[in-house]
Amino acid sequence: VIRILDPGAQSTVQDLGRSGHLREGIPPSGPVDARAFVIANRLVGNCDDCAGLECTVLGPRFGVERVCAIAVTGAEVPVTVNHAAAPQWATLVLKPGDTVRIGAARQGVRVYVAFSGGIDVPRVLGSRATYLRGRLGGLEGRALRRGDTLRLAPHVGPRRPRRLAGAEIPPLESEPEIRVVLGPQADRFTRAGLDAFLSSPYVMLPQSDRMGARLTGATVTHTKGHDIISDGIALGSIQVPGDGQPIVMLVDRQSTGGYTKVATVGSFDIGRIGQVKPGQRLRFRAVAVAEAHRLRREFEQSLAQAAGGGVSR
Amino acid sequence: VALCVELGDEISVETNTRVRALEYLIQQKGLAGVVETVPTFRSLLVYYDPGQVGYDALCAALAGLVEQADTAVLPPARLVELPCCYDPEMGLDLAAAAERLHMTTDELVRLHSGAEYLVYFVGFTPGLPYMAGVPERIQLPRLTTPRVKVPPGSAGLGGKQFCIYSVESPGGYWLLGRTPVRLYDPEAAEPTLLRAGDRVRMRPIDRAEYDVIAARVAERTYAPVIA
Repeated sequence: VIRILDPGAQSTVQDLGRSGHLREGIPPSGPVDARAFVIANRLVGNCDDCAGLECTVLGPRFGVERVCAIAVTGAEVPVTVNHAAAPQWATLVLKPGDTVRIGAARQGVRVYVAFSGGIDVPRVLGSRATYLRGRLGGLEGRALRRGDTLRLAPHVGPRRPRRLAGAEIPPLESEPEIRVVLGPQADRFTRAGLDAFLSSPYVMLPQSDRMGARLTGATVTHTKGHDIISDGIALGSIQVPGDGQPIVMLVDRQSTGGYTKVATVGSFDIGRIGQVKPGQRLRFRAVAVAEAHRLRREFEQSLAQAAGGGVSR
Repeated sequence: VALCVELGDEISVETNTRVRALEYLIQQKGLAGVVETVPTFRSLLVYYDPGQVGYDALCAALAGLVEQADTAVLPPARLVELPCCYDPEMGLDLAAAAERLHMTTDELVRLHSGAEYLVYFVGFTPGLPYMAGVPERIQLPRLTTPRVKVPPGSAGLGGKQFCIYSVESPGGYWLLGRTPVRLYDPEAAEPTLLRAGDRVRMRPIDRAEYDVIAARVAERTYAPVIA
């Protein structure tokens, strides 16, 4: 059992998300930075889809009441076990009575904590992921609170503790270049608007959340109005409302929407966007569909090998 | 990874029927690599796994199905009857809407509850149906100032569309009444009630019946009539 002593700013239970319910208006949820989440699971010998925590900006403090292994990945944060500094991207073996504290992110936004066995909350529509706005899944459909206890599923068997080498750790960049495929409504923007979108930096706004990353920067000018007849919204869709400021739709997005969409962020770059702090900059670069598919294959191959490879479910 | 199939650029039953027919055909054929689909008024968003099907191959397969969508026969639609209380404290805009339409509130309720609606699609928030079938005589442009908070269950009119808010959210539709039935219940085995293609009728109820049904909904002993 894990006892939450302090929940941090916003900590939720997530697995890799639920599929098949967008047509009912229910988004997939799951981690924004799926790579960091999966690596954390692998470091404790879990399957990739085992439930862990996603913590935003300020991490939790918790006590453990059984022998278990944890791993902390994602944003760069101070981690202590019983007040002694402990490494990220590493297996930490804990004993009953140990207290773990995860501090405030120095770089990046989202921290992931995996527990050996995985967090045992009921599956809702096939997944343990929390959808906060819909009060669905996870722990009673909400973020963690002080005093919550999390049960861990029985663990299949310990694996050798590991620590990733520096080169294996995905870097947190100061001004990431995010690759996008233009469309489906790129033709609803002026040439100057599209040029601005692809050539100037955009700054992450603090209102960003798991639903969407809100950006501010050069205006992406529309040709004739910003409304369309509603379409489905894909992961990474970049909506541009009337103010000409882009919003990148993330894992807790609404299923449909009526704003023009200038481009879609490649799934391989969603995690990188999710680690851009408010006030930090990013840039967009357009790639063709074929190039995006090649980048996705590359991403999946590198993920398949990360942290010694995955364990089948 | 997803692609969007646009079947028109209008809100009409014809276009939406083709969208739902395309979705149905994808399900029937078990099109390889398709992960899930999201229908809207005029387009179908198709999520796919590029490890199973390439972009060009999927586009070609979808183009073939689009051709068949005009003649496809969809399975019979469900008819869902939802009780609706049109009392002034629930239908916050009922009186203003009736005045604007130059009719009595009774007549507005009769026209609204006498119509049969078609669910174009469910989306935006969990379980929220966008519906066609608003009688011409009661069509109104949306509110000029949207409400910040609309209670769940509120039945709203906006232009040619009718919707029922599924969760508390902002909204710009005229609120005529409220159903005690939950269109979204995160604790139910099936959290959402309505599906694209469903037919919906509103049955007028008084405040006393509203309270009785609301209590049964809270106890989870109420199920709406679905034919």
